[in-house]
Amino acid sequence: MSPRYPKPPEGSWTEHFGLDTGPVSYADSVSPSFYERERDAIFKRAWLNVGRVEQLPRGGSYFTRELAVLNTSIVVVRGMDDEVRAFHNVCRHRGNKLVWNESPEEETQGFCRQFTCKYHAWRYDLEGNCTFVQQEDEFFDLDKADYGLTRLHCEVWEGFVFVCAAPEPEWSLREFLGPMITALEGYPFDRLTSRFGYRTEVRANWKLFMDAFAEFYHAPVLHSKQSPDKYAAAAREAGYEAPYYAVEGPHRLVSTSGVRFWEMDPSSLKPMEVLTRGGLFGPWDKPDLGELPAGVNPGECKPWGLDSFQLFPNFVILIWGQGWYLTYHYWPTSYNTHIFEGSVYFSPATNVRERIAQEMSAVTFKEFALQDANTLEATQLMVESGYVERFPLNDQEVLLRHLHKVVGDWVDQHAGAPA
Amino acid sequence: MTTLLPPEFAELEEHAARWCLPSETERFERRMASDMDEMGALYAALSPRLEEAIEFCDKYPLDELPDDVQRLLQLIHSYVMVSMSVEIFHQPKIVDSADAVLRRVKEPRP
Repeated sequence: MSPRYPKPPEGSWTEHFGLDTGPVSYADSVSPSFYERERDAIFKRAWLNVGRVEQLPRGGSYFTRELAVLNTSIVVVRGMDDEVRAFHNVCRHRGNKLVWNESPEEETQGFCRQFTCKYHAWRYDLEGNCTFVQQEDEFFDLDKADYGLTRLHCEVWEGFVFVCAAPEPEWSLREFLGPMITALEGYPFDRLTSRFGYRTEVRANWKLFMDAFAEFYHAPVLHSKQSPDKYAAAAREAGYEAPYYAVEGPHRLVSTSGVRFWEMDPSSLKPMEVLTRGGLFGPWDKPDLGELPAGVNPGECKPWGLDSFQLFPNFVILIWGQGWYLTYHYWPTSYNTHIFEGSVYFSPATNVRERIAQEMSAVTFKEFALQDANTLEATQLMVESGYVERFPLNDQEVLLRHLHKVVGDWVDQHAGAPA
Repeated sequence: MTTLLPPEFAELEEHAARWCLPSETERFERRMASDMDEMGALYAALSPRLEEAIEFCDKYPLDELPDDVQRLLQLIHSYVMVSMSVEIFHQPKIVDSADAVLRRVKEPRP
Protein backbone atom coordinates (compact mmCIF):
# COMPACT_ATOMS: atom_id res chain seq x y z
CA MET A 1 0.00 0.00 0.00
CA SER A 2 1.57 3.32 -0.97
CA PRO A 3 1.41 6.17 1.54
CA ARG A 4 -1.67 8.36 1.42
CA TYR A 5 0.37 11.41 2.28
CA PRO A 6 3.82 12.25 0.91
CA LYS A 7 6.76 11.38 3.14
CA PRO A 8 9.75 13.71 3.54
CA PRO A 9 12.63 13.28 1.04
CA GLU A 10 14.49 10.96 3.42
CA GLY A 11 11.69 8.43 2.94
CA SER A 12 10.27 8.62 6.46
CA TRP A 13 9.46 11.17 9.14
CA THR A 14 11.69 9.25 11.55
CA GLU A 15 14.78 9.63 9.37
CA HIS A 16 13.76 13.18 8.45
CA PHE A 17 14.08 14.11 12.13
CA GLY A 18 17.41 12.31 12.38
CA LEU A 19 16.05 9.64 14.70
CA ASP A 20 17.19 6.05 14.87
CA THR A 21 14.90 3.48 13.25
CA GLY A 22 15.82 0.46 15.38
CA PRO A 23 13.78 -1.05 18.17
CA VAL A 24 13.60 0.92 21.43
CA SER A 25 13.80 -0.08 25.06
CA TYR A 26 11.46 1.28 27.73
CA ALA A 27 14.11 1.02 30.41
CA ASP A 28 13.45 4.73 31.01
CA SER A 29 9.91 3.88 32.15
CA VAL A 30 10.49 1.06 34.63
CA SER A 31 13.38 2.30 36.73
CA PRO A 32 13.15 4.11 40.09
CA SER A 33 16.69 5.43 39.71
CA PHE A 34 16.03 6.76 36.21
CA TYR A 35 12.95 8.53 37.55
CA GLU A 36 15.08 10.26 40.19
CA ARG A 37 17.40 11.46 37.44
CA GLU A 38 14.42 12.71 35.39
CA ARG A 39 13.22 14.76 38.34
CA ASP A 40 16.54 16.60 38.62
CA ALA A 41 17.47 16.78 34.94
CA ILE A 42 14.03 17.60 33.53
CA PHE A 43 11.29 18.58 35.95
CA LYS A 44 13.43 20.83 38.16
CA ARG A 45 14.82 22.65 35.09
CA ALA A 46 11.99 22.89 32.56
CA TRP A 47 9.09 25.34 32.54
CA LEU A 48 5.98 23.47 33.70
CA ASN A 49 2.41 24.54 32.99
CA VAL A 50 0.37 24.56 36.21
CA GLY A 51 -2.86 26.23 35.11
CA ARG A 52 -4.53 29.07 33.27
CA VAL A 53 -5.22 32.68 34.14
CA GLU A 54 -8.99 32.05 34.12
CA GLN A 55 -8.39 30.20 37.42
CA LEU A 56 -7.15 33.54 38.79
CA PRO A 57 -9.91 35.96 37.78
CA ARG A 58 -8.93 38.89 40.07
CA GLY A 59 -6.39 40.15 42.55
CA GLY A 60 -6.42 37.77 45.52
CA SER A 61 -7.45 34.70 43.51
CA TYR A 62 -5.19 31.73 44.21
CA PHE A 63 -4.88 27.99 43.69
CA THR A 64 -2.50 25.38 45.08
CA ARG A 65 -0.83 22.52 43.19
CA GLU A 66 0.61 19.39 44.72
CA LEU A 67 3.68 18.67 42.59
CA ALA A 68 5.09 15.36 43.80
CA VAL A 69 7.62 15.35 40.98
CA LEU A 70 9.19 18.49 42.49
CA ASN A 71 8.61 17.22 45.99
CA THR A 72 6.66 20.36 46.81
CA SER A 73 3.30 22.08 47.02
CA ILE A 74 2.97 25.51 45.45
CA VAL A 75 0.52 28.34 45.71
CA VAL A 76 -0.14 30.44 42.61
CA VAL A 77 -1.76 33.82 43.27
CA ARG A 78 -2.74 36.96 41.39
CA GLY A 79 -1.58 40.02 43.31
CA MET A 80 -3.44 43.31 43.65
CA ASP A 81 -0.96 44.59 41.04
CA ASP A 82 -2.39 41.91 38.68
CA GLU A 83 0.90 40.01 38.53
CA VAL A 84 0.73 36.21 38.83
CA ARG A 85 3.28 34.79 41.28
CA ALA A 86 4.11 31.31 42.53
CA PHE A 87 5.45 30.39 45.97
CA HIS A 88 6.44 27.24 47.72
CA ASN A 89 3.47 26.56 49.97
CA VAL A 90 5.42 26.61 53.20
CA CYS A 91 5.34 28.97 56.17
CA ARG A 92 8.77 30.44 56.88
CA HIS A 93 8.35 30.07 60.64
CA ARG A 94 8.20 26.32 61.32
CA GLY A 95 7.60 24.82 57.87
CA ASN A 96 3.86 24.24 58.15
CA LYS A 97 2.00 23.97 54.87
CA LEU A 98 0.57 27.45 54.49
CA VAL A 99 -2.50 27.19 52.26
CA TRP A 100 -4.84 24.25 52.49
CA ASN A 101 -8.50 23.69 53.19
CA GLU A 102 -9.95 20.45 54.52
CA SER A 103 -6.92 18.25 54.07
CA PRO A 104 -3.29 19.31 53.57
CA GLU A 105 -2.88 16.75 50.78
CA GLU A 106 -5.69 18.17 48.66
CA GLU A 107 -5.34 21.01 46.22
CA THR A 108 -7.50 24.02 46.92
CA GLN A 109 -8.43 27.37 45.40
CA GLY A 110 -10.14 30.54 46.46
CA PHE A 111 -9.82 34.22 47.10
CA CYS A 112 -8.07 36.05 49.94
CA ARG A 113 -6.40 39.32 50.88
CA GLN A 114 -3.49 37.64 52.61
CA PHE A 115 -2.28 34.19 53.64
CA THR A 116 -2.40 33.32 57.33
CA CYS A 117 -0.66 30.24 58.68
CA LYS A 118 -3.00 27.99 60.65
CA TYR A 119 -0.22 27.17 63.11
CA HIS A 120 0.94 30.48 64.69
CA ALA A 121 -0.88 33.04 62.52
CA TRP A 122 2.12 34.39 60.65
CA ARG A 123 0.78 36.42 57.75
CA TYR A 124 1.98 37.03 54.20
CA ASP A 125 0.65 39.46 51.64
CA LEU A 126 -0.15 38.40 48.06
CA GLU A 127 3.34 39.45 46.95
CA GLY A 128 4.80 36.99 49.46
CA ASN A 129 6.07 39.52 52.02
CA CYS A 130 5.83 38.51 55.65
CA THR A 131 3.54 41.15 57.19
CA PHE A 132 2.78 39.87 60.67
CA VAL A 133 4.55 37.78 63.25
CA GLN A 134 2.62 36.73 66.33
CA GLN A 135 4.43 38.09 69.46
CA GLU A 136 7.21 39.43 67.30
CA ASP A 137 9.04 40.80 70.38
CA GLU A 138 9.68 37.27 71.61
CA PHE A 139 11.98 36.55 68.65
CA PHE A 140 15.69 37.34 68.47
CA ASP A 141 16.75 39.98 65.94
CA LEU A 142 13.97 38.91 63.61
CA ASP A 143 13.50 41.04 60.50
CA LYS A 144 10.26 40.15 58.71
CA ALA A 145 11.84 41.24 55.43
CA ASP A 146 14.08 38.16 55.67
CA TYR A 147 11.11 35.81 55.93
CA GLY A 148 8.98 36.30 52.87
CA LEU A 149 7.57 33.28 51.03
CA THR A 150 9.98 31.40 48.78
CA ARG A 151 9.26 32.20 45.15
CA LEU A 152 9.35 29.99 42.11
CA HIS A 153 9.94 31.59 38.76
CA CYS A 154 6.52 32.15 37.24
CA GLU A 155 5.60 33.44 33.78
CA VAL A 156 2.40 33.60 31.81
CA TRP A 157 2.23 32.82 28.09
CA GLU A 158 -1.07 33.17 26.21
CA GLY A 159 -2.93 32.74 29.51
CA PHE A 160 -1.02 29.56 30.46
CA VAL A 161 0.74 29.89 33.83
CA PHE A 162 4.17 28.25 33.91
CA VAL A 163 6.59 27.79 36.80
CA CYS A 164 10.25 26.85 36.84
CA ALA A 165 11.76 25.38 40.00
CA ALA A 166 15.37 26.06 39.05
CA PRO A 167 17.12 28.71 41.19
CA GLU A 168 17.91 30.52 37.92
CA PRO A 169 16.05 29.32 34.81
CA GLU A 170 18.35 28.45 31.92
CA TRP A 171 15.84 29.91 29.45
CA SER A 172 13.10 32.52 29.53
CA LEU A 173 9.71 30.90 29.06
CA ARG A 174 9.48 32.07 25.43
CA GLU A 175 12.98 30.80 24.68
CA PHE A 176 12.04 27.47 26.21
CA LEU A 177 8.83 27.23 24.15
CA GLY A 178 10.65 28.07 20.93
CA PRO A 179 9.27 29.30 17.61
CA MET A 180 6.97 26.34 16.84
CA ILE A 181 4.99 26.94 20.04
CA THR A 182 5.19 30.73 20.18
CA ALA A 183 3.78 30.78 16.63
CA LEU A 184 0.48 29.92 18.35
CA GLU A 185 0.40 33.39 19.91
CA GLY A 186 -2.88 35.04 19.06
CA TYR A 187 -4.91 31.82 19.11
CA PRO A 188 -8.10 32.77 21.03
CA PHE A 189 -7.38 30.67 24.13
CA ASP A 190 -8.86 33.58 26.11
CA ARG A 191 -12.23 33.12 24.40
CA LEU A 192 -12.42 29.34 24.85
CA THR A 193 -13.01 29.44 28.58
CA SER A 194 -15.77 26.92 29.13
CA ARG A 195 -13.79 24.10 30.72
CA PHE A 196 -14.63 20.45 31.31
CA GLY A 197 -11.80 19.12 33.50
CA TYR A 198 -10.91 15.45 34.06
CA ARG A 199 -8.42 13.79 36.37
CA THR A 200 -7.28 10.31 37.30
CA GLU A 201 -4.39 8.45 38.85
CA VAL A 202 -2.72 6.02 36.46
CA ARG A 203 -0.48 3.13 37.51
CA ALA A 204 2.00 3.62 34.68
CA ASN A 205 5.03 5.74 33.97
CA TRP A 206 4.08 9.23 32.77
CA LYS A 207 5.75 8.72 29.38
CA LEU A 208 3.65 5.67 28.55
CA PHE A 209 0.45 7.75 28.61
CA MET A 210 2.15 10.52 26.64
CA ASP A 211 3.05 7.81 24.11
CA ALA A 212 -0.58 6.69 23.96
CA PHE A 213 -1.73 10.15 22.85
CA ALA A 214 1.34 10.81 20.68
CA GLU A 215 0.27 8.43 17.93
CA PHE A 216 -3.03 7.72 16.20
CA TYR A 217 -1.90 4.36 14.77
CA HIS A 218 -3.97 2.79 17.58
CA ALA A 219 -7.16 4.67 16.79
CA PRO A 220 -8.82 2.42 14.17
CA VAL A 221 -8.11 -0.64 16.34
CA LEU A 222 -8.43 0.29 20.02
CA HIS A 223 -11.40 2.57 19.35
CA SER A 224 -13.13 0.45 16.70
CA LYS A 225 -16.01 -0.36 19.04
CA GLN A 226 -16.78 3.34 19.52
CA SER A 227 -18.32 3.68 16.08
CA PRO A 228 -21.05 2.04 14.06
CA ASP A 229 -19.73 -1.09 12.32
CA LYS A 230 -19.66 0.49 8.89
CA TYR A 231 -17.41 3.37 9.96
CA ALA A 232 -15.21 1.11 12.10
CA ALA A 233 -14.64 -1.34 9.26
CA ALA A 234 -13.70 1.42 6.83
CA ALA A 235 -11.35 3.00 9.38
CA ARG A 236 -9.62 -0.28 10.08
CA GLU A 237 -9.22 -1.02 6.40
CA ALA A 238 -7.69 2.39 5.80
CA GLY A 239 -5.32 2.27 8.78
CA TYR A 240 -3.88 5.50 10.01
CA GLU A 241 -1.48 7.98 8.47
CA ALA A 242 -0.82 11.51 9.67
CA PRO A 243 -0.35 14.11 6.97
CA TYR A 244 2.19 16.11 8.97
CA TYR A 245 4.70 15.83 11.80
CA ALA A 246 7.11 18.42 13.17
CA VAL A 247 9.82 18.41 15.79
CA GLU A 248 11.53 21.44 17.24
CA GLY A 249 13.92 21.28 20.15
CA PRO A 250 12.30 19.14 22.83
CA HIS A 251 8.75 19.80 21.54
CA ARG A 252 6.79 18.00 18.83
CA LEU A 253 3.64 18.16 16.73
CA VAL A 254 1.34 15.83 14.84
CA SER A 255 -1.48 17.13 12.66
CA THR A 256 -4.33 14.97 11.42
CA SER A 257 -6.74 15.38 8.58
CA GLY A 258 -10.35 16.33 9.21
CA VAL A 259 -13.55 14.38 8.85
CA ARG A 260 -16.70 16.12 7.66
CA PHE A 261 -19.14 14.13 9.76
CA TRP A 262 -22.09 16.25 8.72
CA GLU A 263 -21.58 15.16 5.11
CA MET A 264 -21.35 11.46 5.97
CA ASP A 265 -23.93 8.76 5.43
CA PRO A 266 -25.94 8.58 8.69
CA SER A 267 -25.37 4.81 8.89
CA SER A 268 -21.71 5.59 9.63
CA LEU A 269 -22.64 7.92 12.51
CA LYS A 270 -24.02 7.47 16.00
CA PRO A 271 -27.64 8.66 16.04
CA MET A 272 -26.74 10.91 18.99
CA GLU A 273 -24.09 12.64 16.90
CA VAL A 274 -26.71 13.58 14.35
CA LEU A 275 -29.21 14.67 17.04
CA THR A 276 -26.78 16.81 19.03
CA ARG A 277 -24.45 17.85 16.18
CA GLY A 278 -21.43 16.97 18.29
CA GLY A 279 -18.96 14.14 18.83
CA LEU A 280 -15.30 13.25 19.16
CA PHE A 281 -14.17 15.99 16.82
CA GLY A 282 -16.27 18.54 18.73
CA PRO A 283 -19.42 20.50 18.00
CA TRP A 284 -20.23 20.38 14.28
CA ASP A 285 -21.19 24.05 14.24
CA LYS A 286 -17.96 25.80 14.99
CA PRO A 287 -17.64 29.24 16.56
CA ASP A 288 -16.22 32.02 14.41
CA LEU A 289 -12.73 32.47 15.82
CA GLY A 290 -11.55 34.76 13.05
CA GLU A 291 -8.20 34.28 11.36
CA LEU A 292 -5.94 31.86 13.22
CA PRO A 293 -2.20 32.46 13.76
CA ALA A 294 0.32 30.91 11.36
CA GLY A 295 1.40 28.39 13.99
CA VAL A 296 -1.93 26.60 13.72
CA ASN A 297 -2.00 23.86 11.07
CA PRO A 298 1.57 24.67 9.95
CA GLY A 299 1.54 21.73 7.53
CA GLU A 300 -1.46 23.33 5.78
CA CYS A 301 -3.43 20.08 5.86
CA LYS A 302 -6.73 20.14 3.97
CA PRO A 303 -9.14 19.20 5.33
CA TRP A 304 -7.48 19.81 8.67
CA GLY A 305 -8.58 17.92 11.79
CA LEU A 306 -6.28 18.84 14.66
CA ASP A 307 -2.80 19.81 15.82
CA SER A 308 -1.42 17.98 18.85
CA PHE A 309 1.43 20.12 20.23
CA GLN A 310 3.40 18.13 22.77
CA LEU A 311 5.30 20.59 24.95
CA PHE A 312 8.25 19.16 26.78
CA PRO A 313 8.13 17.66 29.25
CA ASN A 314 4.55 16.83 30.24
CA PHE A 315 2.04 19.19 28.63
CA VAL A 316 -0.06 18.83 25.48
CA ILE A 317 -2.14 21.49 23.73
CA LEU A 318 -4.41 19.89 21.18
CA ILE A 319 -6.13 22.37 18.87
CA TRP A 320 -9.14 21.07 16.95
CA GLY A 321 -10.18 22.34 13.56
CA GLN A 322 -13.72 22.66 14.92
CA GLY A 323 -12.76 25.66 17.07
CA TRP A 324 -11.95 24.25 20.49
CA TYR A 325 -8.94 22.79 22.28
CA LEU A 326 -7.84 20.18 24.79
CA THR A 327 -4.95 20.09 27.22
CA TYR A 328 -3.30 17.05 28.77
CA HIS A 329 -0.92 17.02 31.72
CA TYR A 330 0.99 14.02 33.00
CA TRP A 331 2.29 14.58 36.54
CA PRO A 332 4.64 11.83 37.72
CA THR A 333 4.15 10.65 41.29
CA SER A 334 6.67 7.78 41.12
CA TYR A 335 8.51 5.81 38.43
CA ASN A 336 5.36 3.79 37.69
CA THR A 337 2.48 6.10 38.67
CA HIS A 338 1.27 9.50 37.56
CA ILE A 339 -1.73 11.80 37.70
CA PHE A 340 -3.36 12.47 34.35
CA GLU A 341 -5.35 15.65 33.81
CA GLY A 342 -7.34 16.36 30.67
CA SER A 343 -9.29 19.55 30.05
CA VAL A 344 -11.67 20.33 27.22
CA TYR A 345 -12.13 24.04 26.43
CA PHE A 346 -15.02 25.43 24.40
CA SER A 347 -16.35 28.87 23.65
CA PRO A 348 -18.93 29.44 26.42
CA ALA A 349 -22.29 28.10 25.26
CA THR A 350 -24.84 30.83 24.58
CA ASN A 351 -27.85 28.51 24.59
CA VAL A 352 -28.94 24.98 25.46
CA ARG A 353 -28.41 23.69 21.92
CA GLU A 354 -24.73 24.65 22.00
CA ARG A 355 -24.38 23.36 25.56
CA ILE A 356 -25.71 19.93 24.52
CA ALA A 357 -23.32 19.69 21.53
CA GLN A 358 -20.50 20.45 23.99
CA GLU A 359 -21.75 17.88 26.48
CA MET A 360 -21.87 15.26 23.70
CA SER A 361 -18.30 16.16 22.71
CA ALA A 362 -17.01 16.05 26.31
CA VAL A 363 -18.80 12.76 27.07
CA THR A 364 -17.37 11.23 23.89
CA PHE A 365 -13.87 12.42 24.84
CA LYS A 366 -14.14 10.48 28.10
CA GLU A 367 -15.43 7.32 26.38
CA PHE A 368 -12.32 7.29 24.16
CA ALA A 369 -9.89 8.30 26.92
CA LEU A 370 -11.05 5.42 29.12
CA GLN A 371 -10.05 3.01 26.37
CA ASP A 372 -6.70 4.78 26.00
CA ALA A 373 -6.11 4.55 29.75
CA ASN A 374 -7.02 0.88 30.08
CA THR A 375 -3.92 -0.44 28.32
CA LEU A 376 -1.41 1.45 30.44
CA GLU A 377 -1.31 -0.46 33.68
CA ALA A 378 -0.96 -3.75 31.83
CA THR A 379 1.76 -2.30 29.60
CA GLN A 380 3.65 -1.04 32.66
CA LEU A 381 3.49 -4.46 34.32
CA MET A 382 4.64 -6.31 31.22
CA VAL A 383 7.48 -3.91 30.40
CA GLU A 384 8.54 -4.06 34.06
CA SER A 385 8.62 -7.85 33.88
CA GLY A 386 11.81 -7.39 31.88
CA TYR A 387 11.44 -10.42 29.63
CA VAL A 388 11.13 -8.28 26.51
CA GLU A 389 13.49 -5.39 26.02
CA ARG A 390 13.32 -4.42 22.36
CA PHE A 391 10.18 -2.89 20.87
CA PRO A 392 9.83 -1.77 17.24
CA LEU A 393 8.23 1.57 16.45
CA ASN A 394 6.82 2.47 13.04
CA ASP A 395 6.93 5.82 11.27
CA GLN A 396 3.50 6.82 12.66
CA GLU A 397 5.00 6.39 16.13
CA VAL A 398 7.85 8.79 15.42
CA LEU A 399 6.86 11.18 18.21
CA LEU A 400 7.21 8.48 20.89
CA ARG A 401 10.72 7.90 19.69
CA HIS A 402 11.40 11.63 19.92
CA LEU A 403 10.00 11.94 23.48
CA HIS A 404 12.09 9.07 24.83
CA LYS A 405 15.17 10.33 22.96
CA VAL A 406 14.83 13.85 24.38
CA VAL A 407 14.24 12.53 27.89
CA GLY A 408 17.37 10.38 27.59
CA ASP A 409 19.42 13.27 26.23
CA TRP A 410 18.36 15.64 29.01
CA VAL A 411 19.15 13.06 31.67
CA ASP A 412 22.52 12.15 30.14
CA GLN A 413 23.61 15.73 29.58
CA HIS A 414 22.52 17.09 32.94
CA ALA A 415 25.48 18.43 34.88
CA GLY A 416 26.34 16.12 37.70
CA ALA A 417 24.65 13.16 36.07
CA PRO A 418 26.39 9.90 36.87
CA ALA A 419 28.41 8.63 33.91
CA MET B 1 -47.44 14.87 43.52
CA THR B 2 -44.77 17.48 42.84
CA THR B 3 -43.56 17.40 39.30
CA LEU B 4 -39.92 17.94 38.40
CA LEU B 5 -40.29 18.81 34.71
CA PRO B 6 -42.30 21.44 32.82
CA PRO B 7 -45.90 20.23 32.28
CA GLU B 8 -45.34 20.19 28.50
CA PHE B 9 -43.09 17.17 29.07
CA ALA B 10 -45.35 15.30 31.49
CA GLU B 11 -44.76 11.94 29.83
CA LEU B 12 -41.03 12.16 30.69
CA GLU B 13 -41.84 12.67 34.37
CA GLU B 14 -41.48 8.98 35.18
CA HIS B 15 -37.77 9.19 34.25
CA ALA B 16 -37.08 12.45 36.04
CA ALA B 17 -36.42 11.22 39.58
CA ARG B 18 -33.86 8.73 38.30
CA TRP B 19 -32.11 10.78 35.64
CA CYS B 20 -32.33 14.51 36.52
CA LEU B 21 -28.80 14.70 37.93
CA PRO B 22 -26.79 17.92 37.98
CA SER B 23 -23.25 16.56 37.56
CA GLU B 24 -21.56 14.27 35.06
CA THR B 25 -20.18 12.24 37.95
CA GLU B 26 -23.72 11.42 39.11
CA ARG B 27 -24.89 10.68 35.59
CA PHE B 28 -21.94 8.40 34.87
CA GLU B 29 -22.44 6.53 38.15
CA ARG B 30 -26.16 6.17 37.46
CA ARG B 31 -25.35 4.75 34.02
CA MET B 32 -22.95 2.20 35.55
CA ALA B 33 -25.61 1.22 38.11
CA SER B 34 -28.40 0.84 35.53
CA ASP B 35 -29.37 -2.04 33.29
CA MET B 36 -29.99 -1.77 29.57
CA ASP B 37 -33.79 -1.76 30.03
CA GLU B 38 -33.63 1.29 32.29
CA MET B 39 -31.35 3.15 29.89
CA GLY B 40 -33.33 2.01 26.86
CA ALA B 41 -36.52 3.39 28.41
CA LEU B 42 -35.05 6.86 28.88
CA TYR B 43 -33.58 6.77 25.39
CA ALA B 44 -36.86 5.73 23.79
CA ALA B 45 -38.90 8.28 25.73
CA LEU B 46 -36.71 11.29 25.01
CA SER B 47 -35.74 10.58 21.38
CA PRO B 48 -39.01 11.78 19.82
CA ARG B 49 -39.15 14.88 22.06
CA LEU B 50 -35.50 15.99 21.98
CA GLU B 51 -35.82 18.69 19.36
CA GLU B 52 -38.89 20.15 21.10
CA ALA B 53 -37.14 19.97 24.46
CA ILE B 54 -34.12 21.89 23.16
CA GLU B 55 -36.35 24.55 21.65
CA PHE B 56 -38.33 24.76 24.89
CA CYS B 57 -35.16 25.28 26.96
CA ASP B 58 -33.87 27.86 24.52
CA LYS B 59 -36.82 30.15 25.22
CA TYR B 60 -34.80 31.11 28.31
CA PRO B 61 -31.29 32.52 28.62
CA LEU B 62 -28.88 29.69 29.49
CA ASP B 63 -27.90 31.25 32.82
CA GLU B 64 -31.51 31.93 33.85
CA LEU B 65 -33.21 28.58 33.29
CA PRO B 66 -36.10 28.07 35.73
CA ASP B 67 -35.65 25.02 37.98
CA ASP B 68 -37.95 22.72 36.02
CA VAL B 69 -36.28 23.69 32.73
CA GLN B 70 -32.88 23.13 34.27
CA ARG B 71 -34.02 19.62 35.22
CA LEU B 72 -35.19 19.06 31.65
CA LEU B 73 -31.66 19.95 30.51
CA GLN B 74 -30.21 17.55 33.10
CA LEU B 75 -32.45 14.85 31.66
CA ILE B 76 -31.05 15.59 28.19
CA HIS B 77 -27.51 15.37 29.59
CA SER B 78 -28.40 11.92 30.98
CA TYR B 79 -29.88 10.99 27.61
CA VAL B 80 -26.52 11.84 25.98
CA MET B 81 -24.76 9.81 28.69
CA VAL B 82 -26.84 6.65 28.17
CA SER B 83 -26.74 6.95 24.37
CA MET B 84 -23.17 5.63 24.44
CA SER B 85 -24.45 2.41 26.01
CA VAL B 86 -27.67 2.17 24.02
CA GLU B 87 -26.32 2.95 20.56
CA ILE B 88 -22.84 1.47 20.69
CA PHE B 89 -21.79 -0.69 23.61
CA HIS B 90 -25.05 -2.51 24.52
CA GLN B 91 -23.76 -2.58 28.08
CA PRO B 92 -23.32 0.17 30.70
CA LYS B 93 -19.52 0.07 30.64
CA ILE B 94 -17.31 1.32 27.85
CA VAL B 95 -16.09 -1.78 26.00
CA ASP B 96 -12.36 -2.39 26.52
CA SER B 97 -12.04 0.21 29.26
CA ALA B 98 -10.99 -2.40 31.88
CA ASP B 99 -10.87 -0.70 35.27
CA ALA B 100 -9.79 2.69 33.96
CA VAL B 101 -11.28 5.69 35.77
CA LEU B 102 -11.57 9.34 34.69
CA ARG B 103 -13.36 11.74 36.99
CA ARG B 104 -14.86 14.98 35.72
CA VAL B 105 -13.69 17.52 38.27
CA LYS B 106 -14.79 20.74 36.58
CA GLU B 107 -17.74 21.50 34.34
CA PRO B 108 -19.88 24.44 33.32
CA ARG B 109 -23.30 24.59 34.96
CA PRO B 110 -26.02 24.01 33.97
